[in-house]
Order: sequence, then structure tokens, then C-alpha cells
Amino acid sequence: MDTTKIDASKYKMLLKSYIESQNEQSLYGAEQITKTFIKNNILPEEIVNLHIQALTELYPDLLIEFKHSMNFLLETMISYGLAHQEYQYLREKQSQIKSEISVAANVQDTLLKTTVPQIDELDIGVISVPAHQMNGDYHHFIQGKDGSIGIAIADVIGKGIPAALCMSMIKYAMDSFPEQLMRPNSILENLNRVVERNVDPSMFITMFYAQFDPDSGKLFYSSAGHEPGFLYNAVTKEFQDIEARGLVLGINSDSTYKQYELQLNKGDIVIMLTDGVTECRGGKKFIEREEALDIIRQYIHLPPQEAAEMIYKHFENLQDFNLKDDFTLIILEKKV
Amino acid sequence: MNSSPSYININKEWDIVAARQLARDMSKKLGAGTVDQARIATAVSELARNIYLYAIDGKIYIEAIEKMERRGIRIVAEDNGPGIPDISLVMEDGYSTSGGLGAGLPGVKRLMDEFNITSEEGKGTIINTIKWVR
Repeated sequence: MDTTKIDASKYKMLLKSYIESQNEQSLYGAEQITKTFIKNNILPEEIVNLHIQALTELYPDLLIEFKHSMNFLLETMISYGLAHQEYQYLREKQSQIKSEISVAANVQDTLLKTTVPQIDELDIGVISVPAHQMNGDYHHFIQGKDGSIGIAIADVIGKGIPAALCMSMIKYAMDSFPEQLMRPNSILENLNRVVERNVDPSMFITMFYAQFDPDSGKLFYSSAGHEPGFLYNAVTKEFQDIEARGLVLGINSDSTYKQYELQLNKGDIVIMLTDGVTECRGGKKFIEREEALDIIRQYIHLPPQEAAEMIYKHFENLQDFNLKDDFTLIILEKKV
Repeated sequence: MNSSPSYININKEWDIVAARQLARDMSKKLGAGTVDQARIATAVSELARNIYLYAIDGKIYIEAIEKMERRGIRIVAEDNGPGIPDISLVMEDGYSTSGGLGAGLPGVKRLMDEFNITSEEGKGTIINTIKWVR
């Protein structure tokens, strides 16, 4: 006996028991058998048909008007059956797309992999978490032959897969620049041309590029419309914005970028971030930059990596563990 | 013993009902169960409705067939309408249902056992389907 026949006789039994005594137990049985129907892709019209057959076998003298009404019900179920099959197909297709995206996300992680440089002068903490499967934020560390450390942080305006794909382009463009061009302003100027030429006009990239010189303790930086970072002064224990002017990448191929410099002293901390941090949404309201800074302040005494992780956890909690935007935070602490 | 096909001209909404009736009578005669009867009628409905809505004028052919000791019903929808420029699009799930147009051609394909479509822009469309009677 195949499963449908077993189900049919079981259904008949449950139906009989319910008609005779209206007991809860047979209704529970009905609930259970429905689950096997769903598991075996039994369509609604087939269930109605099963019901008609069971009823006719149990009560052969059923009113003919009632029998007709059941057939009428069966006809109305056909379209529901089709809709059900379609949903199922679309659901399978969706899970297939999801798994393809997760493979793509892994590929992207490998492509954009970066190692945090280990030097005596600087302690670096970093965390980057995508809101969805693929990250539209990008950060990268470059250790130059002259001993300098380059730090890039960027954010694509636009979300999801197209944004993420765009970031791979930034990485490979940067890899192709010769070492002598690795000054913050010239990097942004070159990237700007690449983005302007290759990226859809609706997509823009903001980027902050900093270069730390361990010998002088100076930080050189330029910004292409990126969220300003913070500088924490170890002596005054105050934070200040790291302001830098510059047009977002990809708007005008002739954009030039000003290079700024900061003298870092022992214990000073530089914080670079994306707007996923400063525009994080708690409940229904956006969190202002000031409030974001208050949170950062609570953890700033910790070693950079630990601080970055704790700050992320704090924001994650604030957003009910459901990030609305990609979140990237880099903390640099001058050690000597 | 393939019987000569009967057909219904489709050019007004009432003709859809007549096509359903013809298909139901034929499937009953072949001994199709209630569920299959309902599926065949729904498929005919969709096909006839497509002709009525998009081609204005066409025919639904219905015939009993027998092949390799199997009996079935063949439904052919033929019109001289504008044709379908992108068949893969109309065969895509969610294309017609999202516009509230009903089960559409993917629905017909699911309701029937065999399904085949040819279409030429400016000339018309032929959809050939079979449901085997168990």
C-alpha cells in the first residue's frame, strides 16, 4: 500500500471518529496528517477529493446536493493548488539564489582579505560586519617598503551585491598603483578616475585614506566625502572630529584631494568609521553622531581590538541584533 | 482510435464556458477522476481566456487520444493573434500571477502532463497539451 492509500484510510478513520464524537483527539490527528500532506506536496484539491471519497464510503446515502457542493469546493481549490505550487517553486529558487550569494560572499571575503600590520608604534583594532550577506564597506591595510602603514576605509552609497562588487574593483585598482603613488591624495585622485570611468552613475563611493609614518608619528590623510573620523587626545582626554574636505569618488573625473596631517603622540587614538556606525538606528530613531561618540567613549580605555568589538556589540544590541547598514570601525592607538 | 477533434471558436467570454464544458464531457467519457476533470477544465479555461484576452479570435481543439495503450485528452489552443515575443518570460513563474492574471501558462503546464508552445510574432500562437487519464 502506498503512502497516499495509508493516508486516505487514516483520514477516513479520523473523520469517522470526529463525526461520531467530536473529540479533540481526532482533531489533533487531523493536524498531524496535514503535516504529512504538506510534506508530500499534496495539493488542496486532492485533500478535498480525499474528503469526498472518505465521506461517500462512510455515508453512502449522503444527500446528492451535498455531494455536488463538495465537487464545487474541489473546483475552487484548483487555483489555490496552482498558487501553492508556484510559491513552492519560487521558494526553492529563492533558497538557491541565497546559497549562490553566500558563495559569492565567501569569494568576496577572500578577494578583499587584508592583514592587520603589526608594528611597535601602532596598535590597530578593526571590525567590519555586513548588514546583509555581502559587505558594501571596505577597509584595507598596506605596509609600505618605507615602513609606513596605509589604511583605507570606504563605503559604497548603495547596498547589497552591486555595492559589494564595486568594492572588488577598488581593491584591484589600488593594487595596481605603483608604490611611489601611495600618498593619500594621489590615491584618491587615481581611484576617483577609475570609479568615474567604470561605475554606474547612480553609485558613489566615499573613502578615507590615511598613511601613518612611524618615524615621525605623523598621520597624513585625505577624504573623498567620507564620514569624518575622531581623534582622541590622550592628554586632554577629549575627542575631536578629523575634518577633511573632498568630493565623493566617481562624480567628477578632475577632482583633486587635499592632504592633511596630524601629529600623533603617545596614547592618542584615531577612529575611522563608516556611516553604519554613526547612522545606526536604535528602535525607530537614528542615533546621532554625538550619541555614537558617547558609546565609543565608554570603551576607549580598552586595547583597540577589544574596544572595536565591544563597541560593535553595543551597537548590535541597540539595533536588536539586526544591522541596518554595513558597520566598519578601525581604531589606531599610538603606543610610543 | 484517435477521434476526430471537436473544437470551439473563442471570441467572446461565453465561449470559454463552452470550451470547459466540452473538455469536461470528454474527460468524463474517458473516465478521468474528479480532480483530473477539474484540472483539465481549469487548463482549458486558462487557454481559452488567453485567446479571448490577447488574440481576440482563436480555437480550442479537444480530442481523445490513445498512444501505447494509454488514453488521454489532447487540448490545442490556436490563435491568429499578435504572438508571444518572449516565451521564456510568459513561462516564468510569478509573471502572470503577480499581475493578477491567474495561473497563466506555467499553471497550464502544471495542470497538464505534456505541454508545448510555438509562437510567431504577428502570426499567432499554438499551444499543444495532453493530459493522460489514469
